[in-house]
Amino acid sequence: MSTQSTRLASRLMVAPSVLLLLVWMIVPLAMTLYFSFRFYRLLSPDRTGWVGINNYTWFFRAPDFWLAMFNTLALVGGVLIITVVLGTLIALLIDQPVKGQGVLRILVIAPFFVMPPVAASIWENLFMHPQNGLFAAASKALGYDPILFLEHYPLLSVIGIVSWEWLPFATLILLTAMQSLSSEQLEAAEMDGAPAFARFRYIVLPHLTRAITVVILIQTIFLLGIFGEIYTTTQGGPGSASTTLPYMIFKQAIVAKDIGRAAAGGIIAVVLANIIAFFLMRGMGRHLDN
Amino acid sequence: MGQITLSSVTKSFGEVNVIPPLDLQINDGEFVVFVGPSGCGKSTLLRLIAGLEDISSGQIIIDGTDATHAPPAQRGLAMVFQSYALYPHMTVRKNIAFPLKMAKVPQAEQDRKVENAARILNLGSYLDRRPGQLSGGQRQRVAIGRAIVREPAAFLFDEPLSNLDAALRVTMRQEISELHQSLKTTMIYVTHDQVEAMTMADKIVVLNAGRIEQVGAPLELYTKPRNLFVAGFIGSPKMNFITGPEAQKHGCHTLGIRPEHIEVSAEGPWSGTIGLAEHLGSDTFLKVSSDLGELTVRVPGERGLHHGQTIRMGAPADKLYRFDQNGLAL
Repeated sequence: MSTQSTRLASRLMVAPSVLLLLVWMIVPLAMTLYFSFRFYRLLSPDRTGWVGINNYTWFFRAPDFWLAMFNTLALVGGVLIITVVLGTLIALLIDQPVKGQGVLRILVIAPFFVMPPVAASIWENLFMHPQNGLFAAASKALGYDPILFLEHYPLLSVIGIVSWEWLPFATLILLTAMQSLSSEQLEAAEMDGAPAFARFRYIVLPHLTRAITVVILIQTIFLLGIFGEIYTTTQGGPGSASTTLPYMIFKQAIVAKDIGRAAAGGIIAVVLANIIAFFLMRGMGRHLDN
Repeated sequence: MGQITLSSVTKSFGEVNVIPPLDLQINDGEFVVFVGPSGCGKSTLLRLIAGLEDISSGQIIIDGTDATHAPPAQRGLAMVFQSYALYPHMTVRKNIAFPLKMAKVPQAEQDRKVENAARILNLGSYLDRRPGQLSGGQRQRVAIGRAIVREPAAFLFDEPLSNLDAALRVTMRQEISELHQSLKTTMIYVTHDQVEAMTMADKIVVLNAGRIEQVGAPLELYTKPRNLFVAGFIGSPKMNFITGPEAQKHGCHTLGIRPEHIEVSAEGPWSGTIGLAEHLGSDTFLKVSSDLGELTVRVPGERGLHHGQTIRMGAPADKLYRFDQNGLAL
């Protein structure tokens, strides 16, 4: 029974955690907002003051800002496409009954346990390295010059590394969704004359929509903040070829030691994330209902 | 057309032999019911006919052509599953049209056939809903609709009514029977419910542990069961089996008497005490401990019989079933 007093009591009980979460979220955001309108450089700590929207205009006028915006979106989009498509295919594959299925599944999931900088290091030094890398060896064996991945295709390389890290997550979610599909539905489709591809297209894929939505929403949140892989491998270069918004903020805060500008960048990132979240929820949120 | 012949069909899953060699002839337009206790292989047999399982040996002939190794879609059979197996993300219309779409039937003809099926099954007003918005009986009809539009050689039903409540089951049972009468297509129907089997079938196939115990018309199975299993399985309540001196008196090993054939009367040769009386109004079921052992007795109407009463009973000689030592009817 939910009387007035029990409802009040339950609200009082929840209040501390709500308050804590609120403070946790609001204080950093408010501080970032505050600093984004201030002149605040660690190299000249005595000079402080309000600068209006100068920090923001600097960001928008910075030569690599729009490139960084594009790179951020390309990174998110590229990784999403690769992980969802490959994740679906791998899930289909490891859903088949084979010997050693348990071991196989653990192997497929393994990359998720590797820390991002470690994964990036492995890829940089063991696979993409022009002298010691596996890809270079393969190229040489075939009689070609090694590809300079991080120099010539920096953004694509980063997308590749991040995709490798996130593929297990997508695969796992999609695999569990696939296993919840009733076999009678597939058999009914088979009786109805649907060949394998049509069964996938009309039965399996629609069944996976919700899982794919979950994968996209969760991954987008994490991919917008990708930093470690870029820092470990390309450092945003060559030039600004693989600089993303988070990496640009890092450069302002840690390299240029300009807290004001970095804070403005942070606020821009928050706005960007909210815009993307808004469109994602509008476009895909309906798949989460029912 | 819908003539199906199974000859020496077997099925084993690994070491386990589910269906020993089995022969069966299903004629065009027949309503055949596979009935048996759970785990008797009746669903497996249906899936073998459908092509959803491969047979281990033997031959399946559909309308004169060997379909033993044909994929399910090419056998021209339609199946209605126990869980209905509707496609949840498609509307009723798209569900029913799916087999036509897969067969690349022109859109106009698809629409015509779907409308036609919807009319037969009273689904007209639900065509644009999704399966999740329908009740169990409506879903069942959609599943049947999806089968009808293919104009199959035969319909296969896998316990289609077991997920419905009792009242709806009776209605759907009648609807399927009427459908059979209007379509005149071969139907194979799997059930563990002997009432469904008795009321719907032209021909009942009684299965036990993968073997066919008897094939025959419903009343034939009731009046002339070939063995103890069929005698005990067909008829409700179950037939009473009596062994010992009373059976020997009739020259058999086991004597079978159906509960409805036992008459309660003062002149009856057997006496017993009522242990339990179930009053249904139309009938009274009695559990009687008698000189012959435990007997189930079905008394028509209400005779005011109660627990603890001692009664005398008898049965007409022509209603007795006699079985030999191996359980075969004499």
